Amino acid sequence: MTEHVATNETILVVGGGISGMTAALEAAETGKNVVLVEKNPALGGRTSQLYRYFPKLCHPTCGLEINLRRLKGNPRVRVVTLAEVTGIEGSTGNYTASIKVKPRYVNESCTACGDCGRAVETMVDDPFNYNLGQHKAAFLPNAMAYPQRYVLDPAIIGTADADRAKAACKYGAIDLDMKEETIQVKAGAVVWATGWQPYDAAKIQPYGYGRFKNVITSVEFERLADIHGPTGGKILRPSDGKEAKNIAFIQCAGSRDENHLRHCSRICCMASLKQTHYVREKYPEDGKSTIYYIDIRAIDRFEDFYQKVQADPSVSFIKSKVAKVTEDEHGNPVCHGVDTEGYKRYTTPHDLVVLAVGMEPSVKGINIPGHIVADSSGFIEADPANGAVFGAGCASNALDVNRAVQSATAAALRAIQVVNKVAKAEA
Amino acid sequence: MSANTALAEKYRNNFLKEIEEQVEMGDWVKMCMQCGVCSGSCPTNFQSAWEHPPQELFMMIRAGKREEVLTTTSMWNCTSCYNCIVRCPRKLPITHIMHGIAEYAHRIGKAPKMQATRFFSGLFWKNATKTGRVNELKLSMGLYFKDGFAQGVKNGMAMQSVALGLVKAGRLNVMELFGGHKCKDQKGIQAMLKKAYEIERSRKAAKMAG
Repeated sequence: MTEHVATNETILVVGGGISGMTAALEAAETGKNVVLVEKNPALGGRTSQLYRYFPKLCHPTCGLEINLRRLKGNPRVRVVTLAEVTGIEGSTGNYTASIKVKPRYVNESCTACGDCGRAVETMVDDPFNYNLGQHKAAFLPNAMAYPQRYVLDPAIIGTADADRAKAACKYGAIDLDMKEETIQVKAGAVVWATGWQPYDAAKIQPYGYGRFKNVITSVEFERLADIHGPTGGKILRPSDGKEAKNIAFIQCAGSRDENHLRHCSRICCMASLKQTHYVREKYPEDGKSTIYYIDIRAIDRFEDFYQKVQADPSVSFIKSKVAKVTEDEHGNPVCHGVDTEGYKRYTTPHDLVVLAVGMEPSVKGINIPGHIVADSSGFIEADPANGAVFGAGCASNALDVNRAVQSATAAALRAIQVVNKVAKAEA
Repeated sequence: MSANTALAEKYRNNFLKEIEEQVEMGDWVKMCMQCGVCSGSCPTNFQSAWEHPPQELFMMIRAGKREEVLTTTSMWNCTSCYNCIVRCPRKLPITHIMHGIAEYAHRIGKAPKMQATRFFSGLFWKNATKTGRVNELKLSMGLYFKDGFAQGVKNGMAMQSVALGLVKAGRLNVMELFGGHKCKDQKGIQAMLKKAYEIERSRKAAKMAG
């Protein structure tokens, strides 16, 4: 990670998830200088928060590790974490971005030994686990965090806890005087890879998310299944810590709904099909999954994945969008609706309800000159009016990891063409 | 040729088109994606009254089941609670479509004659438009005697204590049975209704011909 001066031949990549990392690396490996800006203290984005990927059910750590290795070996990518782009000015081949960098309070001397974490007493919500659990206010964002450096939560700055952390550090890595700063970065082209966020499930009022503890989202379920998650990989329900063996998956929670997200989020069907594997893996004897769906959209070539899940006797499919969820006296969430195959009304209690929440773009309507053309859901469209700002990954559409990587590579190629032109003009 | 046969002939094998053109809000039917939220949200479905929940009706319309759709009592059971409209992911005005189909079935003489909602609607309309005021006593009496004299007496006896209570509380005047109260400008109301009928007739005639 050598410091280099950003010029008009630099490519700015906004967002350090799988798409941003891919775009940055593809561009850097062709010899371009790249500044990669990430809002969180570590790279990896939502991909790093998954337990497994579909369709091969391997762990995301694997794919991320390859990218991190490429990143460590490439001096052309400058990674800026805890940073947000607040504005971009200029035009194709000549942009200046303002980037607000929040203090980490830990400098490059950190060896991730963990002494500060042990010294600190304050606990704060852990966004990596979707706030399902808490962690120490001096923390490593996740096990394979890059950069592999601790972070101090701003909540403890100025308290005795911060001083304890500083005293505990053998390497002088803690710098409590770090301040928020705004830096200007020049760039010829911008790859906008700010990704997605899960749709706010509380807005889907009839499903009771936020009112009933045992109604959770699919992203939270990923964390429950993960061995590094808040339950150590056990699928326990939040209300009483009981093993959740009878699990309902409600598809299109927010997606394909004019009242919520207009678009099909594309990945949720595959995600729920994948998550039935978690249920079977954790409870091979008596795990039971029920998928309530409008129609299963196993995108791409994944029909065989769907067929395999269909053949599994522990998984049942009910063709119905659940009308509402209530809670019975045992704290079990109860799904109500009508099975459209036969038009039979059901009232079915489960141990846990998992809402397959839709994807919405993390950033909508950012202040970029020439304004960015977005579709009605806020995803960036490929449009000449965008100049040299290219959407990549889930900022441009609801995509799975595979397609996000393809999209990021395409965006990198477009950005490379722009800076090549700049280089020619300047030569 | 009755209105029904004429229309059946006109839209032969294309019942969806018939609904789209003839039924108020009928052009929304094709937007249904059969998710089932309307049926699941319908409070009347807790009773046996619903032969076909809304999304099944929509599918039947697309499947061309003209006779079954127009003669069913299902849409007459809609209570206008609007749960389905609120939850429909495609924003179909389901309540209004239900009323639209019911009205169309009634208009072309296919609606079940003694279906209680249909019967009551007719009774209420006649009652209210006659004097410009609803005569509640006559209205409920009319409904009680819907299925014949003997059943009417039975219904009346069953409600006796309620009626007496209402009389005692001054909420029910037995004298209403003779004439009853009226609005001030009865003629004005009639003239207004006449005009409204005229407009409606010409509009529907145009629709049927169109």
